[in-house]
Amino acid sequence: MRKKTTKTPGSFSAPKTSGSTKTPRSFLARIIPGLTSLTRRGPSGWMVTLGIAIVLGLVVMTAVSPFVVPHDPILYHGPLRSPPSLEFPMGTTDLGQDMLSRVMMGGLIMLQVAALSVFICFLIGVPLGLFSSYVGGNFDKTVSLVIDAVYAFPGLVLAIAIAAVLGSGVINMAISIAVVYIPSYYRIVRSQVLSIKELTYVEAARSIGAKWHTVLYRYIFPNVVPSIVTVLTVNFADAVLTAAGLTFIGLGVSVDVPDWGYDLTNGRKLLTSGAWWVITFPGIMIILLALGFTFIGEGLSELLNPKLER
Amino acid sequence: MGLRSYVITRIILTIPTLLLLLTAVFLVMRVLPGDPAALHFEKKGDPADVERLRQILGMDKPLWQQYINYIGGLVDIGYLRQHGYPNLGKSMYQTSEEVGGQVFSAFPATLELAIYATIIASVLGIMLGVASSKSYGKTPDHLIRNFGTITYAIPVFFLGLIFQLIFGVYLGWLPTGQRISNVAPPTTITGLYTIDSILQGNIIAFVESVRALLLPSLTLGIVLSGVFLRLTRANMLETLRLEFVTAARARGLQESTVTYGYALRNAFLPVLTMMGLQFAMLLGGAVLTETTFSWPGLGKYMVDRINFRDYTAIQGAVVMFGLFVTLVSLTVDVLCAYLDPRIRL
Repeated sequence: MRKKTTKTPGSFSAPKTSGSTKTPRSFLARIIPGLTSLTRRGPSGWMVTLGIAIVLGLVVMTAVSPFVVPHDPILYHGPLRSPPSLEFPMGTTDLGQDMLSRVMMGGLIMLQVAALSVFICFLIGVPLGLFSSYVGGNFDKTVSLVIDAVYAFPGLVLAIAIAAVLGSGVINMAISIAVVYIPSYYRIVRSQVLSIKELTYVEAARSIGAKWHTVLYRYIFPNVVPSIVTVLTVNFADAVLTAAGLTFIGLGVSVDVPDWGYDLTNGRKLLTSGAWWVITFPGIMIILLALGFTFIGEGLSELLNPKLER
Repeated sequence: MGLRSYVITRIILTIPTLLLLLTAVFLVMRVLPGDPAALHFEKKGDPADVERLRQILGMDKPLWQQYINYIGGLVDIGYLRQHGYPNLGKSMYQTSEEVGGQVFSAFPATLELAIYATIIASVLGIMLGVASSKSYGKTPDHLIRNFGTITYAIPVFFLGLIFQLIFGVYLGWLPTGQRISNVAPPTTITGLYTIDSILQGNIIAFVESVRALLLPSLTLGIVLSGVFLRLTRANMLETLRLEFVTAARARGLQESTVTYGYALRNAFLPVLTMMGLQFAMLLGGAVLTETTFSWPGLGKYMVDRINFRDYTAIQGAVVMFGLFVTLVSLTVDVLCAYLDPRIRL
């Protein structure tokens, strides 16, 4: 069902592709080849482009930030709890740390955790879904039962419990998030394979003696990829938000690394003093990152499932 | 199949799911960490202390026996009668405390928050969804759709903090934490302050508890409304094209009657199903909302106990969350079957 939320039918009017070859190439599309074809596809294409721009922008910012930040995000101690000013455009924390530097560098953990957890989900959820639905029978029933039980469980509660047991660290956070989202991949792959494996071309492949793994990976898998890509990008947004949530309740990595989620926890304690800048800027960054992935996911799901458009 | 046999089948089908869930929680909380008792002392504790804790909690027994005790404790009716809550073991932090009792006393706060958040999310989501579908392709539709997308990307605790900052700190209109402030809480009947205070005719306590509830439930409700919005919009768009809607319009019925009386009634069922599925997500959000607003519910209890490395308490809270979700999804399924006879077939 979570899949359904990403596919909103008729969200945008059908792309008017006729004559769009004359559309001037956008600035972004000139930098990244391949994007032209995206922006030519109407609003959904633009949505994907915007999402990619946001995500890339944040990734680049995080990557170059260690070299360009005005102050050390941890060790520098300026005036305490100073509101945004010319010297500190985003203010300072209760320890006098520069918020601008912290905001610029604060995405590192979140991006790592999200990327790693999505990778783990993909690595386990997709093969499991492919295999289980192709084999069918009792194996499929058992796996589906377990997966459905996990899927029905409050994801964040489960992630918190696992993270609490495993302890802090990027890998442990990624694992606890991955456990929660593997069912999304499994379910979407399974439902797709169930219909695809009945198609004639799969039967043809089997009748010429193709081995089961060849059928699965050469014939069926390519047709599942579009759905997986959509789940993957939406899952990225979920992973970012879950990682932020875990950090917020104190299961994050450590206080020695600037992190948006940690700044929100810290800002919560400073709230009564009216220090809005400590929470606002990191919060906006989390929203931007999640929004970027959501845009990509939503746009892609509309582009890849044109039949849903009206 | 009649409604009664559907309900019975559905309840029987819940049992393996529940057992699976309990087993999973047991595996995660007891087996995954290796030795929770040692972990509680951060592996630095005096071996004698660890051993004593193990004995009190029954963790010195073999794993299968612990598992049986754990499942057995949950279904121990005698214990439930005597204490009024199931046996979830003793707390690691304070071994004199029963986790079951603590979890049960924290639960009503979560239930109250969940109820009001669901009401806000569904009313807001359905109203916006209908409005969006009615103005399909026009500016209001785009605005509402963007609202839906943004709610999806907002961390619930960030919205909560912003609300606290605006309405609590700057404007000073609403309290930023606790279930009730300024007055004593109403005597416990159901544990839901808003209902208890009405039952006792305590208007002041009612007003205060609503004031305290407003920000947390709005926070959670707004964040979840996006899902209902999308689903309502999608279903309404489909339903509005159907012939019976055209027929209703052709008969000269008012547009509002057609929209709400005809189309929405038919588009509602998938939304109701979604409500059941979203409930799990709501509880996840509730954990963060409770932490943000110092709301003394199950989620805050769990988060507080993480700091004490109280694994039995965390396990109890997780089990309770699981039971709650299972019960809600059962209720929603039965409700759907009642509303739509086709499901019972």
